[in-house]
Amino acid sequence: MISQTLKVHNKIGIHSRPAALLVDASKRYASVITITHGERSATTDSLTRILALRVKMNSEITIQAEGNDENEAIETIVNLINSGFGED
Amino acid sequence: MTLTGIPASPGIAIGTAFLFYDETEAGTGNKTIGSIDPYAEINKLEEAMRTVERELTGFVEKSKNVGDAAQADILNSHIYILRDPEIVSEAKRFITEEKMRAEDAYTAAIRETAEIFAGMDDDPYLQERAKDIEDVGNRVTRKLTGVQTQDLSNLPPNTIVVARELKPSDTATLDRNHVIGFATDTGGATSHTAILAKAAGLVAVVGAGDMSPQIKNGEMLILDGTYGIIIVNPDSATLGSYKEKQTAHLDRTEYLKKLAQLPCVTSSGKRIILAANIGSEQEVEEAAKNGADAIGLFRTEFLYLDRDSAPDEEEQFLIYKFVLERMGNKPVIVRTLDIGGDKEIPYLGLPREENPFLGARALRLCFMYPEIFRTQIRALLRASVFGTLEIMFPMVQSVEEIEEAKKFLGDCKHELAAEGKGFAKEIRVGIMIEIPAAAIISDELARHCDFFSIGTNDLTQYTLAADRGNKAVAKLYNPFHPAVLKLIKTTIDSAHKHGIPCGMCGEFAGNPEAIPLLLEYGLDEFSMSAALIPATKDIIMNGECQKKEPGNSSV
Repeated sequence: MISQTLKVHNKIGIHSRPAALLVDASKRYASVITITHGERSATTDSLTRILALRVKMNSEITIQAEGNDENEAIETIVNLINSGFGED
Repeated sequence: MTLTGIPASPGIAIGTAFLFYDETEAGTGNKTIGSIDPYAEINKLEEAMRTVERELTGFVEKSKNVGDAAQADILNSHIYILRDPEIVSEAKRFITEEKMRAEDAYTAAIRETAEIFAGMDDDPYLQERAKDIEDVGNRVTRKLTGVQTQDLSNLPPNTIVVARELKPSDTATLDRNHVIGFATDTGGATSHTAILAKAAGLVAVVGAGDMSPQIKNGEMLILDGTYGIIIVNPDSATLGSYKEKQTAHLDRTEYLKKLAQLPCVTSSGKRIILAANIGSEQEVEEAAKNGADAIGLFRTEFLYLDRDSAPDEEEQFLIYKFVLERMGNKPVIVRTLDIGGDKEIPYLGLPREENPFLGARALRLCFMYPEIFRTQIRALLRASVFGTLEIMFPMVQSVEEIEEAKKFLGDCKHELAAEGKGFAKEIRVGIMIEIPAAAIISDELARHCDFFSIGTNDLTQYTLAADRGNKAVAKLYNPFHPAVLKLIKTTIDSAHKHGIPCGMCGEFAGNPEAIPLLLEYGLDEFSMSAALIPATKDIIMNGECQKKEPGNSSV
């Protein structure tokens, strides 16, 4: 199991469109990927749970991945978040 | 009868009411009395979900084809809600453990998730997502129970849709050729109905309370989306007056819209740059909408106020990049930090000054705190590759200050180059002319920069020694004072003598009475709050020549 903590940069945080991108990106990996924000956690297969994390701009979140491809999985997810989801 | 609501999309629609009845939830969410076959129910549920997914995929395509990206995004998110494993597994658990029918189990599972969002009072965006989740739930349960919805895809011309509430899936198949407006009992200015109406250019009044039960199918309605008024069965006098208002609104909208796309040219053929002043990155959207040729002044003070520490390079970089990208190849003039002892900035620990407006503010302050200045300049340089950046230094009164600021800029460029970080090759550097001394020696200053921008608010108060915030001397604060006008004229003349453009970003630039004078002086760029741009363009293009009628522009 590996994890990484990072800051979310895009203006509106993780709303519907970024959350959908996270779901799609996670689907490519066998690992179970979890996002934790404060006291709330969500696996990245559920759009509604990701939204309910209420991640805003400058929120600090922790990504956790567990499985055979956990290294690749976490790299993809972290890159996606750092890219600002192609938004601002 | 006159009803009122929240104005959601401006304009006036006159047409026939079509009552859209909201379907009650098809599933009950309750346990079933009697026995069920869990396998059969799960199969039914999966089948219904597959059908809904096909439908939604089709709606997304349709929305994209008609160019409605907002609607496509919403419906696409519905596909993800539909596939959400949390909801699906909960529904299946209700079937197997609680022995519920598929429609009741799904309703119960949807309700659980929707309630989480409905309770988020402090976040309207997330709260609104509860409607998306319920919408998906209704769509699936309707498939399971065979309940049909009313069809909005084939309506008579001039239809005004009246409903308790309109959900994205209700409007997905909307007949856009014949529907001219919406009136709903629920919803706010940011509801789906409001967004959809604005995007499609339809008139909308939302949040009108118990309006829909008072309206019958086929009744004549006047919908005033500018003021949030719904008039049922108007008399002929009211109808007549609204028809006139409608024509006037359409003419003015059409006219200003046409104007926004035209370059701003005076009757004598000079191209004038009409720019927007913005004070945060969000305002760039309004600048673009109002047809701004440039951002003539991007104030950066907001980045530093109301916080515990100075903004870091990355935070600033993202904000500058956002604005530059949004404006594309149109110039964005960013003014470097302009604050001083009159503002509370705890983390800077600025000493109180007797006379803050004559003290260590703006560029003077930046030279005293080089780390803060350096962070801003580096962020600006890094962002410069994403658009057309121009940098403007405030509160300049001597050639030495320009030289020092430019040297600072050069040092930052060397640093970035050494780190292998890119920046635009050509970044124009200009100064604010707001200290009378600068205007007086503008002939000298013009040799050292690429543009001037006159800040009339400070120039006026410094020239006349009258604080514009002080009521006792407010009368003396007069930008039309011959001394101020003389300094403005001198500045413009100096700029032109040295082949550089001169703009103005003070309030004077958007003052209808000042515009003809400034045009006569030869001002090249007028920068003002975005909302003033269309009317100013109208004055510049048509106002100075009274013979021309609006809409009859020669361009």
